[in-house]
Amino acid sequence: MRIRFWGTRGSIPVALTSFDIRDKLARALVEASGRTFASYEEAHAFASTELDFSITHTFGGHTPCVELDLGGDEYFVCDLGSGARPFGVHVLARQARRPAVVNVFMSHVHWDHIMGFPFFGPAYVPGTKIRIHSCHDVCEQAFRLQQAAPCFPVDFSQLAASIEFVRLVPDQPNEISGLTVTPHLQLHSGDSYGFRFEKDGKRVVYSTDSEHKLENRAEAESFAAFFRDADVVIFDAMYALADAISVKADWGHSSNIVGVELCQMAGARHLVLFHHEPANDDATLDGLLKEARRFEELTRSGNPLKVSAAYDGLEIEP
Amino acid sequence: MAIPARNFANAVVLGVAGRLDQDNCDAFRADLMVHVERHAREGGVAILDLGGLEYVSSAGLRCFMLASRQAKAQNGRIFVAALQPMVAEIFEISHFNLVFQVFPTVREAIAAASSEAVVAFDQA
Repeated sequence: MRIRFWGTRGSIPVALTSFDIRDKLARALVEASGRTFASYEEAHAFASTELDFSITHTFGGHTPCVELDLGGDEYFVCDLGSGARPFGVHVLARQARRPAVVNVFMSHVHWDHIMGFPFFGPAYVPGTKIRIHSCHDVCEQAFRLQQAAPCFPVDFSQLAASIEFVRLVPDQPNEISGLTVTPHLQLHSGDSYGFRFEKDGKRVVYSTDSEHKLENRAEAESFAAFFRDADVVIFDAMYALADAISVKADWGHSSNIVGVELCQMAGARHLVLFHHEPANDDATLDGLLKEARRFEELTRSGNPLKVSAAYDGLEIEP
Repeated sequence: MAIPARNFANAVVLGVAGRLDQDNCDAFRADLMVHVERHAREGGVAILDLGGLEYVSSAGLRCFMLASRQAKAQNGRIFVAALQPMVAEIFEISHFNLVFQVFPTVREAIAAASSEAVVAFDQA
């Protein structure tokens, strides 16, 4: 199993500005002060090995879209935020004109999680099968609504693919094309659902747009059970803890610190911070990652928990 | 959980010790809010002496946040003081150092509360 992150930002897509790029270039030049590079390859090697992540990368701007590549013919993807557009390009290229079968798992239908679908190329290819799994009874309505006039020029009914909406029941495991999928209710406006995926002994949890009420021990234990022994937990870490429980309490999101605590309770192996706040620049997100890693070190009582921050283009193998 | 309290003019110093996490935060919060309700009002200051606090989880930090919110609503303040290195680092990691006034010592926190309070503290 391989996880590809096509969209990792929360709420709304963001893009690097010209100022951001000049800033990264200037910081790289300062870091390289006194060094000379005989070739592009030498300069590239320097950038790859010696510069900070926040200089050489960007966490990216697409809203949630995460692919689980099981190595077979079918596709599996969580949410269809704006990252669904490059994911669709990837599917079309790999299929080379053959129709695809795409299994979608929707955490919920807020706009940042569905906005990529009108730009998802395979939806326009005859013969493509798209199965959209969700626990929400409004899922189909939301997808049709965003493509209705006057908001979009192509109505949902004009899409060439065969599109099926499949209702899932929370906490009931489902066998879907060889993948065991269990949804779990989360605290978010209008409800959201996390998904636990299991195949060949590997366990991946996708848990975004989920607020955790710290005073509720039963809730914490419920999520610890949902995350239990996961190889990877993709976690809504939109805010720093102080923000998540003060000015942004009840906004339906969580923090890097609570992600560490729940994964430690669950005995999970790898926490991936996800659904980044659009107001945070790369340096701020890098800071939140470093703080989460340090918190994990300070509070570790058993096996180490690996902590990463998702970025558009990241690929990991559980 | 009984929180030891010492009064100095318009300030009360509340001693917080041991570990503060999901296992004991409900009892701690109940007692803390009684002190905050009583003392951190109309210019009064509640000072959390964290010198004996070995560890605080997100649930414990939330207790501090609720106390701060309550104090602000009744025109009082909450300071924290004498943090051990690990707790001080957790405050920074969680960005609580940006929303609380943190003092190296209890005396410095009391001095920031009022001149009357620090005189009373020095005479005690």
